[in-house]
Amino acid sequence: MSKLSEKAAALLSEGTVGLVIGYEQGTHGTRPKFCRKAEDAATLILNDKCLNNIGGYLTKPELIGSGKVAVTATLAVMRTVVQLTAEHQLTDGNVIVLALDGDEVLQMASIDEIKKWLAAHPEDLSDENKALLSKLKALSREERWNFWINEMNKCIKCYACRASCPLCYCNRCIVEVNCPQWIKPWAAPLSNMEWQINRVMHMAGRCVGCGACDRACPVHIPLRLLTISMAGDIKEAFGVASGTGNIDGNVLSSFKPDDKENFIH
Amino acid sequence: MSETNQEFEPRIVAFVCNWCTYAGADLAGTSRLKYATNVKIVRFPCTGRIDFMLLLKAFEEGADGIIVSGCHPNDCHYTSGNFHARRRWTVFRGLLDFMGIDVRRIHFTWVSAAEGAKWADIVNETVADIRALGPYDEYKSIASNFEKEAAK
Repeated sequence: MSKLSEKAAALLSEGTVGLVIGYEQGTHGTRPKFCRKAEDAATLILNDKCLNNIGGYLTKPELIGSGKVAVTATLAVMRTVVQLTAEHQLTDGNVIVLALDGDEVLQMASIDEIKKWLAAHPEDLSDENKALLSKLKALSREERWNFWINEMNKCIKCYACRASCPLCYCNRCIVEVNCPQWIKPWAAPLSNMEWQINRVMHMAGRCVGCGACDRACPVHIPLRLLTISMAGDIKEAFGVASGTGNIDGNVLSSFKPDDKENFIH
Repeated sequence: MSETNQEFEPRIVAFVCNWCTYAGADLAGTSRLKYATNVKIVRFPCTGRIDFMLLLKAFEEGADGIIVSGCHPNDCHYTSGNFHARRRWTVFRGLLDFMGIDVRRIHFTWVSAAEGAKWADIVNETVADIRALGPYDEYKSIASNFEKEAAK
């Protein structure tokens, strides 16, 4: 049994946690694994193929119940835990994070510990995403419009981007509100674009950049670029890094009197 | 009247706050200032109330340009509505630009209740700018996409 499995099994048999969320090998890549008994933990793995952001399960009370829970964490999952705690969706200390440092298993129980680990392990954008982002920014406005309308044309409104996002936890989403109906429910370029603008605006300063939306998209719209671009704008305008659990409040629910306003006349 | 031989008349929607810009526009009227008639004013309690979806809906319904206006910083009737709005517009504008939506068509401005003349100038400038840019056909063409498909 791996050290990770041993640790998870120990936490479960001691009764420290009632549930360990992790990954196991599936038929097509890795898949989430929910361990409620010590023997369930035998198949847990944690490697760079564990790409799903399982941090999203932490906001599902029907799954978590009221007890403590442990999660085996990639850096993206750790950022999710930090951000969700800052948004008061998780209680600091209720989530135990299990991470790997080489072969050793690290157990982090507080947000401060996780933040320290994250600060020491920054994660950069993939070269592919960087290249596409700078290519898009270099285009003229008309070309960018054509690029995105073409992408939005493909959207089938399956809302996989929403389902996969660990920060999309509203009980009632704007697309389900029909009085007034802000966004038409059918798949058409305009309503698809409006949906994405809404989704991304609601991520302002909160997106942890895990790329789950992007990977979940069945028609391969590079959704991640929208939030990455916005995070860049936010960093530049307000000096706030997106999705870092800013305790001063979210970017759009806080302000400074001297925020710049070079576009307002 | 046919529009073929005439100058393009842009349709402008102005989203303004009740306490400053609406009163400013009122002052422009009571001062008998003349300004372009292309603007339709929508009054809101505060700029903080102006949801970004309203701007997209205005474009969808055929607006060629938009004015968003409220109290100057530190003058908000509710203390901080305009500060919050300012952050929202900064983020929103960046996102729209990245998606290729023409942000030159959205004019952001602060107009106080005493600035009737400024309001008249803002409207005239916006109308002139949008007239130069032409109708926002790009956006309208996707707005009617579903109806076009349904008619096939």
